[in-house]
Amino acid sequence: MKTHDEERMKKLLRQTLPPVKGDAGPGRDLWPEVLRRLDTSTGASVSPGWAWLNGAWFDGALLAGLVGLGAIFPAAIPVFLYYL
Amino acid sequence: MQNEASDVLNRFRHGDVDAFEELFRQHQRAVYGWLLRITRNAAAAEELMVESFWRIHRAHARFDPARSFEGWARRIATRAALDWLRAKRTLSELSLEVCAEVAARVEADPAVTAEIRRKTAQAFGRLPAKLRIAATLAVIEEQPHKEVAAALGISVAAVKVRVFRALRLLRTDLERQGITP
Repeated sequence: MKTHDEERMKKLLRQTLPPVKGDAGPGRDLWPEVLRRLDTSTGASVSPGWAWLNGAWFDGALLAGLVGLGAIFPAAIPVFLYYL
Repeated sequence: MQNEASDVLNRFRHGDVDAFEELFRQHQRAVYGWLLRITRNAAAAEELMVESFWRIHRAHARFDPARSFEGWARRIATRAALDWLRAKRTLSELSLEVCAEVAARVEADPAVTAEIRRKTAQAFGRLPAKLRIAATLAVIEEQPHKEVAAALGISVAAVKVRVFRALRLLRTDLERQGITP
């Protein structure tokens, strides 16, 4: 895509979706909801013995899988990086 | 003054809820504004504010008081918004909202018809969330690439690549529908 095409697309996008005025604050006080959320999550948290199951093992397995995939199919690395 | 701010950040890092509330009150407007820019929806931005500050509190021990709290909060909020865009955002939902917004615009370029704008909005809604968020912040909201990069946790070059890919995919989608932008 050439530079002038890129500029035309940007212009079209701005005409379609005008910028939002992001300087206003929320319409109500959200602190009580944040506190409620904190209370709920504290009550429903997993027990310390099972805490390691709460995502960390999955991240490790995913990373190990990707490293393994890269070692077996090195040609897939640029494709993976492109979609990252 | 600076010592006081540093004290609040340190107390937050150790899980003090009063310090957390102080930081929430100080930064809520900036974080909300950022979320509103991404979601373009006040109710969603409020929902994501609660989610973001919950995540911020959960990660309090990982916060480095030497760094900017707002930048860190914005990054967590952007991640929450990205998850929200991926999980909840349906195409029809976006289209309806966008169409209403487009219809309300009076100063639109007359050369670009309402039909083209509607199709552009729909095509934009079909983009992958990570490209859409980069294009929304960098192109529509015209935020500095450096800030977008910091919020997304990627380099400035990667932001430019994502914006370029978003625009290219958008153009391809429109061309498939017989529209030459």
